Amino acid sequence: MAQALAWMAADPDARLLAGGQTLMPMLAMRLVRPSKLIDIARIPGLDRLEIAADRVELGATLRQVAVERSAALAEAVPLLAKAIRFVGHPPTRRRGTVGGSLANADPAAELALVAVTLGAELLLHDGSAVAAVDFFLAPMTTALPEGAMLTGLRIARQSAPRRGTGFREVAMRAGDYALASAACEVTLDAAGRCASLRLGIGGATPVPTLLPLAALLGTSLTEAKPAIAAALAPLEMMSDGNAGAAYRRRAAQALAEQVLADALAEAMRCN
Amino acid sequence: MQLTLHVNGADHAIDVDDRTSLLDALRDTLGLKGTHAGCEHGVCGTCTVLLNGEPVRSCLMLAAQAEGEVVTTIEGVTPAPGELSVVQDSFVETHGMQCGYCTPGMVLTAHALLRANPAPSRAEIVEAISGNLCRCTGYGQIVEAIELAAQRLARSNTP
Ligand code: FES
Ligand code: FES
Repeated sequence: MAQALAWMAADPDARLLAGGQTLMPMLAMRLVRPSKLIDIARIPGLDRLEIAADRVELGATLRQVAVERSAALAEAVPLLAKAIRFVGHPPTRRRGTVGGSLANADPAAELALVAVTLGAELLLHDGSAVAAVDFFLAPMTTALPEGAMLTGLRIARQSAPRRGTGFREVAMRAGDYALASAACEVTLDAAGRCASLRLGIGGATPVPTLLPLAALLGTSLTEAKPAIAAALAPLEMMSDGNAGAAYRRRAAQALAEQVLADALAEAMRCN
Repeated sequence: MQLTLHVNGADHAIDVDDRTSLLDALRDTLGLKGTHAGCEHGVCGTCTVLLNGEPVRSCLMLAAQAEGEVVTTIEGVTPAPGELSVVQDSFVETHGMQCGYCTPGMVLTAHALLRANPAPSRAEIVEAISGNLCRCTGYGQIVEAIELAAQRLARSNTP
């Protein structure tokens, strides 16, 4: 790691290469021509997966397939297990990494949406941490300082017994970039009222965005539609050849309602 | 850059440019033209090889990144020269190919799937080949080929 950081410091045109599922196509199409490619996949320990009682930590070079296959991780952070199956295809998940996806900051990236939705922190090489909501600044743009290396993702574990999660997206084909996506984690109190709610939108907005839905706390969550619409109203929606902003707004609204319903149904089954 | 690649059971010492893709090293340096070059930017899956037994896109890897790993190409799945694997034979039987562009990637993906999951459901087959494009067959006969191979392997003594 020290060697990789030194190479980066010495050469501002050098690029880190993790799983290569985005950078390699960019190289093939000559969209980038870095002076040096620094392959970080073999840095010892950078692919760690730590599951502690209060949090999980995923190393930057942990392969997406390892996230998909860990039953312990699915138990600890169920939303991650639901989202990971939407990331690319099996062969790209075999090579693609957690940190590569986060640092790339594609608006449609499922892992970025999960990080923002769950209030995760991104860990840097110097031991500092950046909250996910502060990390994603614009499409393909992060708060990662020049010369810094993303080393992992830390997610606090939700310990409430009555918890449910939901993840959905719409894309042109399964595995393609999401036109809109939504992720939700909800917990209920003993009376079945909403104790906590986190609902994030991705794909439609330039960066994954947490919806302000505090008004729904303490309710039964059955009348969430107007609150979701109000939270989406001020958000800028992206528009491109695949889908316009109006479509994305409708999709975001529908997906947000669905993931909330999925999460609520799951939470109500817990006792 | 001097590298040793372990491909289809043998070590090959090669000398390639630093940024040579694994795909180009296999095709141009080792002469293994069975691995097809399609889009060369990660979209089509025809360049699929097995890395430690699991499908990856060889156009999205540098040859240098494959050093120390076990690489299997389509040339490596046949039981003996001139013979076909059970999976390949099933593709022939069900007309699982037309132009053949996607076939090496599909066959290798099927091999890896059936090793991990000897009796996959139709949905599991579709998920496994979801990263491989075919512009000829409409996928129907490819799914049939993998189902047929699974049945045959289940009845054979030497899977
Ligand atoms: S040639 Fe590699 S995915 Fe198309
Ligand atoms: S047989 Fe032609 S692309 Fe699949």
